[in-house]
Amino acid sequence: MSASANSGVAPVRRFSGRSKRVLPGFGLSLGISLFFVSLVLLLPLSGLVVETSGMSWDQFWFTITDPRVVESYKVTLWTAFAASVFNGFFGLLLAWILVRYEFPGKRIVDAFVDLPFALPTAVAGITLATLFAQNGWYGQWLAKLGIEVAFTPLGIVVAMAFTSIPFVVRTVQPVLEELSPADEEAAVSLGASDGRVFRKVIFPSLWPALVTGVALSFTRSLGEFGAIIFIAGNTPYVSEVTSLMVFIRLQEYDYAAASAIASVVLLASLVLLFAINLWQGRYLRRLEGR
Amino acid sequence: MSITIDQISKTFGRFHALRDVALDIPEGKLTALLGPSGSGKTTLLRIIAGLESSDSGRILFGGEDVSNLHVRDRNIGFVFQHYALFRHLTVAENIAFGLESLPRKQRPSKAEIRQRVEKLLEMIQLPQLADRYPAQLSGGQKQRVALARALATQPRILLLDEPFGALDAKVRKDLRRWLRALHDEFHFTSIFVTHDQEEALELSDQVVVMSQGQVEQVNTPTELYAKPESRFVFDFLGHVNVLSGAVKNQKLAQGDAWVSLPGHRSEQEAQLYLRPHEVHLARAPSVHARLPLRIDAVSLIGSEVRIELVPEGWHSEEIWEIGMSHNEFAQQNPSRGELWFAVPDVGHLFSGDNSQPKTVDWQYAEAANACNM
Amino acid sequence: MDTGHRRVGDQPWVRRTLIGIALLVALFMLVIPVVVIFAEAFSAGWSTFAGNVTDEYTVHAIGLTLFVAALTVPLNLVFGTALAWSVTRFRFPGRKLLITLIDIPFAVSPVIAGLLYLLLYGRNGWLGGWLASHDVQLMFSWPGIVMVTVFVTCPFVARELIPLMQQQGSEEEEAGVVLGASGWRIFRKITLPNIKWALIYGVVLTNARAVGEFGAVSVVSGNVRGETNTLPLHVELLYQDYNVVGAFASASLLAAIAMLTLVVKAFVEWRQSRPIVSTPEKEVS
Repeated sequence: MSASANSGVAPVRRFSGRSKRVLPGFGLSLGISLFFVSLVLLLPLSGLVVETSGMSWDQFWFTITDPRVVESYKVTLWTAFAASVFNGFFGLLLAWILVRYEFPGKRIVDAFVDLPFALPTAVAGITLATLFAQNGWYGQWLAKLGIEVAFTPLGIVVAMAFTSIPFVVRTVQPVLEELSPADEEAAVSLGASDGRVFRKVIFPSLWPALVTGVALSFTRSLGEFGAIIFIAGNTPYVSEVTSLMVFIRLQEYDYAAASAIASVVLLASLVLLFAINLWQGRYLRRLEGR
Repeated sequence: MSITIDQISKTFGRFHALRDVALDIPEGKLTALLGPSGSGKTTLLRIIAGLESSDSGRILFGGEDVSNLHVRDRNIGFVFQHYALFRHLTVAENIAFGLESLPRKQRPSKAEIRQRVEKLLEMIQLPQLADRYPAQLSGGQKQRVALARALATQPRILLLDEPFGALDAKVRKDLRRWLRALHDEFHFTSIFVTHDQEEALELSDQVVVMSQGQVEQVNTPTELYAKPESRFVFDFLGHVNVLSGAVKNQKLAQGDAWVSLPGHRSEQEAQLYLRPHEVHLARAPSVHARLPLRIDAVSLIGSEVRIELVPEGWHSEEIWEIGMSHNEFAQQNPSRGELWFAVPDVGHLFSGDNSQPKTVDWQYAEAANACNM
Repeated sequence: MDTGHRRVGDQPWVRRTLIGIALLVALFMLVIPVVVIFAEAFSAGWSTFAGNVTDEYTVHAIGLTLFVAALTVPLNLVFGTALAWSVTRFRFPGRKLLITLIDIPFAVSPVIAGLLYLLLYGRNGWLGGWLASHDVQLMFSWPGIVMVTVFVTCPFVARELIPLMQQQGSEEEEAGVVLGASGWRIFRKITLPNIKWALIYGVVLTNARAVGEFGAVSVVSGNVRGETNTLPLHVELLYQDYNVVGAFASASLLAAIAMLTLVVKAFVEWRQSRPIVSTPEKEVS
């Protein structure tokens, strides 16, 4: 910059329409970010592409449509779906009481919502497995009702729900806080019943956030591993999730097969992630009127 | 230090924020950049400061091209619209920040900095608040601290972005007076941005009226108010009553309303602009104008009574406003719902595409008539 | 018609029912599991717990875990801060894409994260092969563990900072530039105090995830007891050996870190909701 300032000649503009940055550190911070993103995120991702492109299409297709693997997709999808529906419901409930009501211990409950983020997944796994085991604190009561959770697909649902419930609560909570009391008061003063006000006034502003939260919870559940393997029992064709299939192929040193299956899961997760981001961008724009 | 703005243009995406703006800001004067939002005034101020860069054109300080000089090196004081005080630093630390940022060679000693800060605190009349944090100050106090912080490094140019925008009316008036006094004492070159015409006219030595990225008119407040050069400036500076119609037989007419235009030969569409003080009210139409209006509201607050009227039998886009002294009001006692006639004394005629108005003076004509009789 | 309440769900019976159900869910889902961890860890008495924790392999696992975290956290601190600064203080093409990219580790299964690194840096990988010919082995040793941990935890600091810095805007920094401050001075005196608490929480969360990462680490570690076994892997190993009490003893250490993280978060939120008053930690300049 000083060089061009000293250049003496004074044409109309020396920066050819490109804006100068006023705040310092653009090059440095963007440089670090790009270097890091390339090295840590993009380079390894390219490794997967290289590995899978080394396979023939038949080989690839054969690997990812192996009956046991297909069964694992099904198990993963329905358990993740069940867990995120559960979280959509109870996550909304938790967010609601944390925003709307005052009660003793509220701060503690609020803090505990983040526990699944902070607790290592392996610890969550052995804890849930212990709780739901036949002689565990929960398992012995559920056994009397004839419900088995540990070592069944239901266990997978439990593990997924546990690890991903904060996504729903933390996405919905800020939106609930922003809701204006005036809208509700107006509706109530017009004689609308509570149920009607919830459906017509509250829910319409809430559901984009709820969908985002549930989608995040679903994405996270698709990839969950640590918490699941301890409680799932990992019976082939019954309670194996796809992450575990990748892991098993790796243990067999079949890197090609592991990569093929991983590329399916990865593609699904990335598509979901970009969709969520697009969706979030769109409804945020609408809310902010931009 | 004078500032020259030489053919500055700036676009944001497809939006033309500034189009070939050229302007001279005289040294030691207080200049207002006045315009509605989106007129480009803040963008221009930020380009002068160096917080934004222009697409083309140059900025000169005292004849020296500073277009490629970083903000840091322009030695200006800038007061942000929302003050931008450093929330984690005390008032004293905020004010000292610029001095402590000077290169080691130019930086005054710690004791000297402390002294300078104390002086500035006295200047803004807040010495007792030195150890407070910005969150603990009122809006007016924050504004003063922001000013002191900008002035600490003794810049030769002071730029203020909507300096009184976020304050309530009372504080705003006090601060205006105080800023004017400060300016008169130190005589730096100042530019401030505002959308408030009253503020611009009251405070500045020179007003730059901007609209849609262009300069509409530059003049002293008195001249500007008396001789607006365009419909826009007329509209923007204070209230204006408009009669728009067609000129025929030296008369401007619309519906039941007409005004005589002695000596006006061309016949086309035209608008007559009248300031509230250039019109008076009468029970009957005068020989040179018939403007029937019904009183809609009467506002007694202020040094003058303000009467709002709605056209009767003709049309105006905005409500008419006519001022009257309290004395006159007591005598005539106009009240809501009554039909009155507006009698223009002086008016400004915009005809056709001509952007420059022609002044019409009926008082003078009437006085001449009276002499003749 | 006027039932005396102003907002939806404010009637006492609705409120009590909803709070009741939610608290039950929170109790069974979140609170009791934590209780179980400590109950199991101490189920065979204090001395057994002490014995388990001071076991040679456990101590080594703790050491390795802390070592990994000590390398990961500073790296991600620098990266997260740089990224947040670049995307909140500047506009540039690809900015939105960059913000989305750093979410990838959230969406990618940890096992796949491990696989990605194994493919690239493993003995048969295209970088790993070259490294092996130079006698550098990254996978199945601690560098590999650090690398995948960095991958898994890289969004946390940035994710904490971006919304906050966006909301705070850049006017204060601009004011600093106008006043002639250098970039470093602006960062240290203006930006850093403003983002301090979010930064601390970001670091604590990164640390919690770094010490607790399981899936990705188990792929690249090789699980050699006393060598490449981190604490979560050690928990698994003990659990598979039917040493449940031992597994929970180690797990309780990790749970303690998690609880500490929650405490820090609660404190940070409390700090941020409070305006700056009187004279807190006055810095001598």
